[in-house]
Amino acid sequence: MEFNENFILGCSAIGAGLAVIAGIGPGVGQGIAAGHAAGAVGRNPGAKSDITSTMLLGQAVAETTGLYGLLVAILLLFVKPLLP
Amino acid sequence: MVHGILLSSGGEIDVMVHGLFQYSFFGHPVWITTTHVCLLIVMLVLIGFSIAAGQAMKKGAEIPGGFQNVIELIVEKLDGMVVGSMGKNAPAFSNYIGTIFIFILISNISGLFGLRPPTADYGVTFPLGVMTFILIHFNQFKYQKPKAIWTDMCSPLPPWLPIWFPINVISEIAVPVSLSLRLFANVLSGTIMMALIYGLLGWVATVWPAALHVYFDLFSGAIQTYVFCMLTMTYINNAIGNEN
Repeated sequence: MEFNENFILGCSAIGAGLAVIAGIGPGVGQGIAAGHAAGAVGRNPGAKSDITSTMLLGQAVAETTGLYGLLVAILLLFVKPLLP
Repeated sequence: MVHGILLSSGGEIDVMVHGLFQYSFFGHPVWITTTHVCLLIVMLVLIGFSIAAGQAMKKGAEIPGGFQNVIELIVEKLDGMVVGSMGKNAPAFSNYIGTIFIFILISNISGLFGLRPPTADYGVTFPLGVMTFILIHFNQFKYQKPKAIWTDMCSPLPPWLPIWFPINVISEIAVPVSLSLRLFANVLSGTIMMALIYGLLGWVATVWPAALHVYFDLFSGAIQTYVFCMLTMTYINNAIGNEN
């Protein structure tokens, strides 16, 4: 079955839009991490720098899944692997 | 495709790597790209800084002043970071970690100076991940007994039942891929955002994108550098184990 090139590009754009929905997960996760870090600083203000660096490290690792979605979207938009 | 990715009002949206010069390597066409050029610029800057630092330390004073102060501060902070997360294993690795920290940091923030960041090319970040992978397994075989490694690889089940072995192998291989993809995707997303803002908004984007540069180039770049070095140190520390 033959498809028009514009049809494939449009479907790639829809797929890219769906792929970046993956950003919801890391957003929720990073928010939870930041909330708990704020609570920890409130309980123990002396350990603020340690808590901040641990929080940033954990958030950056949690961000990876969202970045995979972003990467799929970028591949679909710029590399266009579905075009024959 | 002629009409760009969006109906743009401004100039060209340009985020891709471009080939500059093609040559033949054993009959296989190989390109010198913009990434090579940016990488060369970053390396020249770092080499120049290192030579200047070496000259300054050669005639270093007892009471440091000016440039010597800055160098001592950088070295002290990097060593402190390595000691803080590796403990007694730190002296063997502080040189390597310091080197990749400075290299990734300068590469990430080189977007501020008009370069395309070299780390926004998977060909740059993947070797960094592979170096971490090799360091992990070299140190694992250096410090642990083969029997302990085998038990570790069959981990949730007893060592005579290696059903989980393939899954553990996959999770080991995922380490360099996820390390390098994290760095690559972060820097690439920053580059694409800045290119979209400059390309789509035209003259509207005059002064205020500086604030976005602070986030996408400085903050994100520094955080990702820190995360890459931190994870490398943690993995190596786990591979060395507690016996020694």
